[in-house]
Amino acid sequence: MATFRKILGAAGVSALMLAAGPAFAEYPEKSVTYIIPFGPGGESDITARMQQEFFPKYANGQDVVIQYKPGGGGSQAWAQLNDMPADGYTIMGANVPHTLLQPMIADAGYKTDDLAVVHYFHYTPDAIVVSKDSEFETLQDLIDYAKENPGAVTFAGSGSNSANHLMQQQLDKLAGITTTYVPFKGTGAAVQAIMGNQTTAGATYSTVGVNYPETRTLAVAADERLPSLPDVPTFKEAGIDWTGGAYRGVAVPAETPDDIKRKVSEIISAINADPDFRRKMEEGGFVLTPIDMDAMPEFLAEQKAKYRGIAEEMGLVEPGQGQSQAQADDASAGQATQSQTQ
Amino acid sequence: MDRLQYLFDALTPFNLLLALAGVVAGTVIGALPGLSATMAVAVLVPITFAMEPASGLIMLGAIYTGAIYGGAFAAILVNTPGTPSAIATTFDGFPMAKRGDGDLAVTLAALASVCGGMVGAVALLLLAPPLARVSLAFGPVEYFWLAMLGLTLIAALSEGDLLKGLIGACFGLLLSMVGVAVVGGDVRFTLGSPYLIGGIEVVSALIGLYCIPVLLDMVGTPEAHLKVSTAPRGFRLKEALGISWRYKFNLLRSSVIGTFVGILPGAGGSIAGLVAYSEARRSSKRSRHFGTGEPEGVMATEAANNATVGGGFIPTLVLGIPGTPPDAVILGALLVQGIRTGSSLFTEQAAISYTFIFGLLIATVLMLPTGLLIGRYAYKSIVTLPKAILVPTIAFMTVIGSYAIQNSAVDVVIMFVLGIVGWVLARYGFKPSPIVLGLVLGQIAEQGFVQGWLIGSATDNRLGMYFGRPISMAIIAFIVLSLFWPLVASRFKIGGKTGGGAPAPDAPRKEKPAHVD
Repeated sequence: MATFRKILGAAGVSALMLAAGPAFAEYPEKSVTYIIPFGPGGESDITARMQQEFFPKYANGQDVVIQYKPGGGGSQAWAQLNDMPADGYTIMGANVPHTLLQPMIADAGYKTDDLAVVHYFHYTPDAIVVSKDSEFETLQDLIDYAKENPGAVTFAGSGSNSANHLMQQQLDKLAGITTTYVPFKGTGAAVQAIMGNQTTAGATYSTVGVNYPETRTLAVAADERLPSLPDVPTFKEAGIDWTGGAYRGVAVPAETPDDIKRKVSEIISAINADPDFRRKMEEGGFVLTPIDMDAMPEFLAEQKAKYRGIAEEMGLVEPGQGQSQAQADDASAGQATQSQTQ
Repeated sequence: MDRLQYLFDALTPFNLLLALAGVVAGTVIGALPGLSATMAVAVLVPITFAMEPASGLIMLGAIYTGAIYGGAFAAILVNTPGTPSAIATTFDGFPMAKRGDGDLAVTLAALASVCGGMVGAVALLLLAPPLARVSLAFGPVEYFWLAMLGLTLIAALSEGDLLKGLIGACFGLLLSMVGVAVVGGDVRFTLGSPYLIGGIEVVSALIGLYCIPVLLDMVGTPEAHLKVSTAPRGFRLKEALGISWRYKFNLLRSSVIGTFVGILPGAGGSIAGLVAYSEARRSSKRSRHFGTGEPEGVMATEAANNATVGGGFIPTLVLGIPGTPPDAVILGALLVQGIRTGSSLFTEQAAISYTFIFGLLIATVLMLPTGLLIGRYAYKSIVTLPKAILVPTIAFMTVIGSYAIQNSAVDVVIMFVLGIVGWVLARYGFKPSPIVLGLVLGQIAEQGFVQGWLIGSATDNRLGMYFGRPISMAIIAFIVLSLFWPLVASRFKIGGKTGGGAPAPDAPRKEKPAHVD
């Protein structure tokens, strides 16, 4: 299979090389393997595919070859990243909050700080989405209904203890309501339930609202309205103080030399700055982010504190354990142990 | 009808070449155990970036449909379903090959696949938007009952020893629970190992449970792997056409079942073949012969699984919800090309959609000559190669195949362990199929049940949730029918006596339990 893949990869590379002109003797000198820790067809794959198209333009005409290593919601690939060749020719997708929550909740085979992420290049804001023929026109309608009927509002989302699940919990807390979260296997299955009115609404991502015309988005968890959904208010506009979503980035094995790490980070930044790439990503509902190596420590510290606090509130972790700076000593310890997964 | 103009768009020499290349590549990849349609499509996606969207789609669709068909070869000739949708092909395909009718089975599979593929593609062409609505009417509870319907096939498969069939199925259900639960997030049965968090990968389990016992028996017995016919018989196309004509209603019914079940995202491929097989068995006059090399069984499964290709594209193109894993890859390729799915795909972007659909039809037709030729070659190689070459080659493929699915060495270990377990269990009369059904359908059933429970509790209507919805009630009726049919049949002696009759004079009655499956 590897040879087969190489032949096909080579066919693509040589075609692109012809167009790209002579290559320089600096990184990258050959094609780079880009491992997606999920199966094909998901948003991690789609956004990597978008980068794939532009990669040769900013990387000496070299191609990226995308490989999939799914399993355990990404944890299987992340647990193996640091055992891979640290020469810059193996890079891997990395996701927040997945890489924060998984090691927090259970032994995922890796620690958050093991992952050398060099760039978070975009995020998809959380969003509340209903089917087009739903009776709910605004987030306030939905909240009012949930207040009158505690527990009756059902949210479809992808997986348990996931970003979607966390958003539903936050919405419950911030709006003072009780709703039911129904986990599905993947966003596609959740969208099917939303569009078919199997659940009241969906706790999902803004990309769903952009890419599925049969849906209506009630609110997005971004700082400003999205260019792809100009009529949809943010949570803040709707009176709920919540911004968040899934960030996707690129990690390398930790032993990779610093200059190569920096080079990978620069290539990703350059792709992010390409007007065609920007346009394609924004049309798809993705929000580009400039979180390169310099911005990384601050970003990670902020996200860690945020998700640790939420995970403690949900009782997923013991308060105060690990390197948390969150002031969550007042969370109920009994509740935490009760729903520990492992 | 102005749609016909798109037929001519699809008929350019370049597109025809792409369709032909796609079908050939797909059939070869699908024929190798473990190299799946998803992988074939994913590997070729970057090449399509440089093409017109419609041309790229035609090639991807051709590879996909070819790979689903190619899966029949491994199922018939080495008892190894390359994808879950070919599981039921092994039930009768391999016994046919064992007794020397492998060539006939391969040709029948080609005819049935083309028939199913055409029905699915025509449904996609004419009925896509209304059928997509049907897929939205299927909620969690309907998925649960559908999985139950698939599980009832265990009763039919284990005639003679229902208890062992049920034990096998329970083992399969347990296997399906390994890893992180989708609903609840609990980590289950991983024995504390992070390697099992991802669960048991279905295709590597299929390769292990079906293929390893066959390999061990090939080594352990002196007889040839498949019985060889003395006279050269060509494709046996005329004979196959005769059989297909005789069972035309089976073909049509299975194709329609495949199309309908195929439109259900997530469940389609694996369940379609099983439901079509069990319906064919139930309504056949020769139902007693199913499982011992009955051509009708091969035809039913192969028609159904190729119909899921067209069926699966319906929710993919109309709703943007991929029907099957390969559909998900193709959908991703569309998004990268800047094409938005949805109803506009059939109005504003009609040129792309209809050119693609006609391309899929053309690819399906091309599958007949290419499939017959490749099938003939595959059959000849399996029959003529000495065991000393055949066994290591297949063993090598099982390792490569199970590794390649997720690029994971853990899957290879799981494949080996389940292979040995399957071989030992077969010695004690446990067949692999109930285990596999439990593994494949367990997740669908569990998720559907718990999601239904959550929604039912939220609306304070649990009973109505499970039993009060019209589609659920219809599926439950089929389950009851399917469960009690063996009783009714044996009571009224429907289906004739065991062992007698044409076209299987030397049915493999004396084979080891591992084979009679």
